[in-house]
Amino acid sequence: MRYLPLTPDDRQAMLAKIGVTHIDELFRDVPADALLDAPVDLPRHATEMEVEAAFKSFAGRNLPAGEAPFFVGAGAYRHHVPATVDYMLQRGEFLTAYTPYQPEISQGTLQALFEFQTQVAQIFGMDVANASMYDGSTAAAEAVLMARRVTRKNKAIISGSLHPQYIEVIRCTTAFTEDVTVVNPPALSGVEELISQIDDDISCVVVQNPDFFGNLHDFTKLAEAVHEKKALLVVVVTEVVSLGAIKSPGEMGADIVVGEGQSLGVGLNFGGPYVGLFATNQKYVRQMPGRLCGETRDADGKRGFVLTLSTREQHIRREKATSNICTNAGLCTLAFSIHMTLLGEAGFRKLAALNHARASELADKLSDIDGVELLNESFFNEFTLRLSKPAAEVVEQLVEQGVIAGLPVSRLYPGNEELDNLLLVAVTETVSENDMYALYYELKEALK
Amino acid sequence: MMNNQGRPTNIDAAVELAADSFTTFSGNRGLDQEELLIYEIGDTKTSGVDLPEVPEGHSRLGGLARTNEIGLPGLSEPEAMRHYTRLSRQNYAIDMGLYPLGSCTMKHNPRLNEKMARLAGLADIHPLQPQSTVQGAFDLIDTLAHWLKTLTGMPAVAMSPKAGAHGELCGMMAIRAALDKRGEERTIVLAPESAHGTNPATAALCGYTVKAIPATEDGRVDLEALKQALGPDVAAIMLTNPNTCGLFERDIKEIADAVHAAGAYFYCDGANFNAIVGKVRPGDLGVDCMHINLHKTFSTPHGGGGPGAGPVVFSEALAPFVPTPYVVAGEEEYTMVEHDDTGDSFGRMTAFHGQMGMFTRALSYMMSHGADGLRQVAEDSVLNANYIMTSLKDVMTPSFEGPCMHEALFDDRFLKGSGVETLDFAKAMIDEGYHPMTMYFPLVVHGAMLIEPTETESKQSLDQFIGSMRHLVDKALSGDGDRFTGAPYHAPRRRLDETTAARKPVLRWQKPEPAQAAE
Repeated sequence: MRYLPLTPDDRQAMLAKIGVTHIDELFRDVPADALLDAPVDLPRHATEMEVEAAFKSFAGRNLPAGEAPFFVGAGAYRHHVPATVDYMLQRGEFLTAYTPYQPEISQGTLQALFEFQTQVAQIFGMDVANASMYDGSTAAAEAVLMARRVTRKNKAIISGSLHPQYIEVIRCTTAFTEDVTVVNPPALSGVEELISQIDDDISCVVVQNPDFFGNLHDFTKLAEAVHEKKALLVVVVTEVVSLGAIKSPGEMGADIVVGEGQSLGVGLNFGGPYVGLFATNQKYVRQMPGRLCGETRDADGKRGFVLTLSTREQHIRREKATSNICTNAGLCTLAFSIHMTLLGEAGFRKLAALNHARASELADKLSDIDGVELLNESFFNEFTLRLSKPAAEVVEQLVEQGVIAGLPVSRLYPGNEELDNLLLVAVTETVSENDMYALYYELKEALK
Repeated sequence: MMNNQGRPTNIDAAVELAADSFTTFSGNRGLDQEELLIYEIGDTKTSGVDLPEVPEGHSRLGGLARTNEIGLPGLSEPEAMRHYTRLSRQNYAIDMGLYPLGSCTMKHNPRLNEKMARLAGLADIHPLQPQSTVQGAFDLIDTLAHWLKTLTGMPAVAMSPKAGAHGELCGMMAIRAALDKRGEERTIVLAPESAHGTNPATAALCGYTVKAIPATEDGRVDLEALKQALGPDVAAIMLTNPNTCGLFERDIKEIADAVHAAGAYFYCDGANFNAIVGKVRPGDLGVDCMHINLHKTFSTPHGGGGPGAGPVVFSEALAPFVPTPYVVAGEEEYTMVEHDDTGDSFGRMTAFHGQMGMFTRALSYMMSHGADGLRQVAEDSVLNANYIMTSLKDVMTPSFEGPCMHEALFDDRFLKGSGVETLDFAKAMIDEGYHPMTMYFPLVVHGAMLIEPTETESKQSLDQFIGSMRHLVDKALSGDGDRFTGAPYHAPRRRLDETTAARKPVLRWQKPEPAQAAE
């Protein structure tokens, strides 16, 4: 019972002071037949050594990405995280603080949030960013809801090259709201057909860059067409490192930019916790979901930071709130921000260039294999190959050889035969020359 | 000249200058250090990371290469270390002291959990790598699910919700899906006046109108009023138990029966599960679904506002509607079902599988405590709260009679006539070295002060806290008002102007430019 400081004597003394003889007298409001008289049927308490052994067993039956040539991306990317980041996260003052409701003793968290918001706004090319959402997918759904609040129209057009799980999340989140979502079929094509679907009823168009299949787009014309109908352009970014190399959504005319920030500082963690990024322009700030940190002064005139504009939020506004979100991804914002601060602009750009160069090299190499066709006209660090065999089979075959080749697109689009042979391959700075050669060699063998 | 090295400081000379009587050149005060923004100390050319050189190659960026400067400042590694270390020291944290934030449950975060979450086999795995290579992860999720189901006495659990409010959404969506399948268009959700703000916000997201249920004199749901409100239009009740006044809803079973008799569902907000874990199973009380804040009850760190995790347990009636994905244990191996074939699942709430990093930490905590220890957690949390209630009830004003559960609710009647308000009292606690309790929530009492010590506190720690509180009450009532209205005095910042922050929001750093400043 190493986490419980009360001794049996303490407990007796405290019960006596309260004026009861048994702890269950304090549970007297619980219906008598519902109060358990013995522990539930689960193991008893365990020592640190026993717990460690159990977790080593769980961990031992997984293949860590770092222990194999590894090429899976699709919305979660394996980047190298400097040791400093994790050390800082584990400082108790950051790790074990609550939401900064008492700003006078939460300036550490608040200043870091203010810096984070500025960094996110800058990389997206937008005016302001919030203090984070749960992850990229939920941020995308919140963007659709926000577009309805801003435009007072409810039809959202969703690109077919948006991450399929993001599409599912948008559909699910808006299932019982007044929003109508028009989802395009999966496609590697550009923005032309999206422009043709724009009408007077739309609240927004949701697109992704780089898109799910890795292609890059210039959304400038799309933004113009959307704005003509007084609607919003929502751009989703699932790989933020790309923005060290490519034009920001803000420069293309986006009104809301959301993203997954996991690439910086956070790590893979089997899908969570991650960090949702959410940015927009100044005029829409009061329709934003989530927490916002703002600058102010204290009674002595010193600069300080507080959570602000909380009249949008559930704890004040209740059913009229802009979102039901409360807890966000505080610690992951810190990880993101520290990593970004260590990189700086120079490092961020170099990291992006490195990713792109490695991906280019591998794309060239793999295109040489008979039975492999590169489908992208452009890409950042991830691209789609059409194989001469179903990709799922090939991936399973390569697992046997210790190579994690990428994501068979069919895993996210079951039953869509046209996509069965597509393999999505991601390359980051953590991929070595040897890893690339291993994939090249094994893929060639598998397709013989 | 005399060498004073190694000699004791001359205390008489030291006390001549009072602490606040002079300012320093740096703005620092000893260990109390000021820290500028990264934008004021870094520049775009500095980097604290050494990356390999970029090989030559042709660009495939489709003419979209970024050309402008972004303006991101970089710091060298030592500068970054110092920046964040200094910032960290301006935070209060559970590692530093009692954190009596009622309803938020700030308990000790064991570092064993952190160590387990960082094992490469758990941290460095991708959510979409082949399922055959993550069988241990599925086993972990399935094991945690088993613990949650056993502790709540519920047959099913959805693991993917990302936080408590996301869990609420999950539960309410399952309810809506179940009602839709029954072909019933019910439009109203009932919630007590004392409910968390997330409850009505969630119900609204599911397309429901929220109707408030009044409380009785003793801080519980008014059963008769509830029965009056129930009808064919009511989809569900959202009820926190123990409730936000820190009280157990005595009529919980009658409430559940009445709700079910009206054809509605019972959503339980599990934010306060900490008080009853191992002692009471919500499944025995007639609950249809309940979210569990892993970051409250099961010790995963709050991290300055997240991440959380909000798995939701379900009754048989609602189990078919759970969101994707979910883990299924087969005879030989585990499978993650990512696409629903039954057509009943209400959909997907998040990309990937949920908060794995939080699952690991929570399970590590649960295994450490075991069935016996978790029961002790509930008992100690209730004991500590009642000890505070008993020790302060003669000087402060408890809002309700009788034993409380894991948190003690006071209101501001005891401050009447003192000129000190709840906010001032809370800020004065900062000077005593404590994080304030939850203020002005729940809304059902005036000037609420909700104190939740949790099981983490020793008797000595509680006694010291009680001593501080009694001292403050004494000072407030003896006319020492300045000490409160001006508080805090001993914090990195004095009271901050939140009104101006909201009226003229400055939400990011801007490069200082005279032309812009004149706007």
